[in-house]
Amino acid sequence: MNEFCVELRDVVKRFPTPEGSEVFAVDHVTMQIKNGEFFSMLGPSGCGKTTSLRMVAGFEWPTVGEVYIEGEAMGRRPPYLRPVNTVFQSYALFPHMSVAENVAYGLEMEKTPKYEIKRRVGEILEMVKLSGMERRKPRQLSGGQQQRVALARALVKHPKVLLLDEPLGALDLKLRKEMQLELKALQQEVGITFVYVTHDQEEALTMSDRIAVMDHGRVLQIGAPVEIYERPNSRFVADFIGETNFLSGEARAIEEDRVTVYIPSLKDELVGAKAAPVNVGDQVVVSMRPEKIRLASDRALPQNCFSGIVLNTAYIGSDTRVIVDLGGAPLAVWEQNKISTLDPEAYYAPGEQVWVVVLPENALVLQDV
Amino acid sequence: MNPHRRSPLVIVSTVLVYFFLYAPVVVLFLFAFNSSKTNVLFEGFITQVGPTEIVSGNVIRSPCGAFHWFCELARNVEVRNAARNTLTIAFVSTITSTIIGTLAAIALQRYSFRLKTFSEVSLYIPIVIPEIVMGIGILVLFSQLFTLLNNTLSLSGDSQLTLGLGTVIVSHIAFSIPFVTLVVRARLHGFDKAIEEASMDLGANEIITFWRVTLPSIMPGVLSGALLAFTLSLDDFVITFFTTGPGASTLPIYVYGLLRRIVTPQVNALSAVWISIVLVVVFFTQRLQSRQM
Repeated sequence: MNEFCVELRDVVKRFPTPEGSEVFAVDHVTMQIKNGEFFSMLGPSGCGKTTSLRMVAGFEWPTVGEVYIEGEAMGRRPPYLRPVNTVFQSYALFPHMSVAENVAYGLEMEKTPKYEIKRRVGEILEMVKLSGMERRKPRQLSGGQQQRVALARALVKHPKVLLLDEPLGALDLKLRKEMQLELKALQQEVGITFVYVTHDQEEALTMSDRIAVMDHGRVLQIGAPVEIYERPNSRFVADFIGETNFLSGEARAIEEDRVTVYIPSLKDELVGAKAAPVNVGDQVVVSMRPEKIRLASDRALPQNCFSGIVLNTAYIGSDTRVIVDLGGAPLAVWEQNKISTLDPEAYYAPGEQVWVVVLPENALVLQDV
Repeated sequence: MNPHRRSPLVIVSTVLVYFFLYAPVVVLFLFAFNSSKTNVLFEGFITQVGPTEIVSGNVIRSPCGAFHWFCELARNVEVRNAARNTLTIAFVSTITSTIIGTLAAIALQRYSFRLKTFSEVSLYIPIVIPEIVMGIGILVLFSQLFTLLNNTLSLSGDSQLTLGLGTVIVSHIAFSIPFVTLVVRARLHGFDKAIEEASMDLGANEIITFWRVTLPSIMPGVLSGALLAFTLSLDDFVITFFTTGPGASTLPIYVYGLLRRIVTPQVNALSAVWISIVLVVVFFTQRLQSRQM
């Protein structure tokens, strides 16, 4: 068995534009997706994630490069000859067929015997909790149920890889959260490799074993959710995943994995962790997650401690979200409410003078691009 | 004042519209049962059943009773020939134009190609061109083409190419295609291309996908396009008039011929039968168009 279930090797996809020029939908993408993995492609719309998925499915062919499935080069092989199945964003259920007919369709194409089709359709519908709905037409189902039919229809063929193109995009928030957990459980149950496309970073973090963050047709970073969140390798990744504050500056000194950055707006130096290749003299940004910054009433540390004024606060239960004016720019800080109290003194108030404290390992120094 | 009260003007105009739309049809049906041999005055129904008896131009008694003119019609060989021609033309042209029109609609929907706008516009122009212009145009084309072919292939006698059923069918196909395309495109407008991709993803090739997914989901559009083509072909007078030849009369042509000679209630009987058939077809067209996916 091949180590990689799906592999994209230096894949480029260019589309002609109506003006006669070309756009790069996918720009030299290389990805290796392991067997049994829940792999997500995450990025804003137009980042090339859907095009990449469609090239694996066979709806598009790479302009340059090659897609491998189970080590086999796919070339210009049509979708019906690839060992993958897709769950579409619009579900794409056949409107003139019942639920059972929709699910049986793929097996009929394989010329599976009738009695076996019946058995497998029954099994898979039970798995997605749609038993008893066999004879309904898609339009008689709710969005969530249609989604399950689409899932059953693709899974019943036991594909090597299941491709999912924003399958939860059309559902409301509550249902989406439920389905996220269900999908993840289902993936562990069937043990099939899932390749999941989404623009929802929270969704990707919740479900994935690994995530590829994409932008403008390129892969910026591939890694486990914790790596993507805690060690983003670029300004875009830090910004796109979760929330963060940026301070621009110039790298003054580098010592192993510590970088001293001069921040002009603070007229002070800040020591941060080297999270991307930087050299002395480079223009850099320092990324600081709001939950990893501390507020103090007096100067707690000799360095990485800056004076600011509270602009605004929002109490949201678990946290108090504080906006601090730091050197003329707003800085978001989330203070966890660890003590249960009604005393207003325990919470920050606008106008208050505070010290912002950030530990070097929580200040990630990245290239300013 | 009640905002939902209908103004008298609305009521009057509604009544007038319905009167002018349907009064002629009612009169036409009524005269199909006229006892008078001429179509001028309604002289009452034929009440007696028995051997035909005509007194001073009025049918007193008939074996078919009130349906005298329908029976006369059924015995009329020319009418039967014309009816057969009409149906032959309608069926052949409907089937052919539905296939071509549907494929054209799919192509226009799915692909973008050079001259696409041109093809679309040129497809719909026949709908707005006066029929008489089309008719003359087709006639000139056929006569020029046939003269040329007959001369170059040295055809003579029976083997000569002439106007007839074939030319009528070809021209009916030509004028029906735009209508079919228009109706099918309306249906294709909300068509989710992803269901075709889903079909191929599940292991069906392009041909199976077309038969099992594409066609069934646009079938209501295709059928209503076909029914439209069928009624258009049944009704057509102008283009048929220019393209028909000896022995290829259709019902509209035959009726027009009858009217020039003598107006008997047979014409009304024929029209009554015909309108009934067309009404049934139109009814089913409407049912299909309003049916939800």
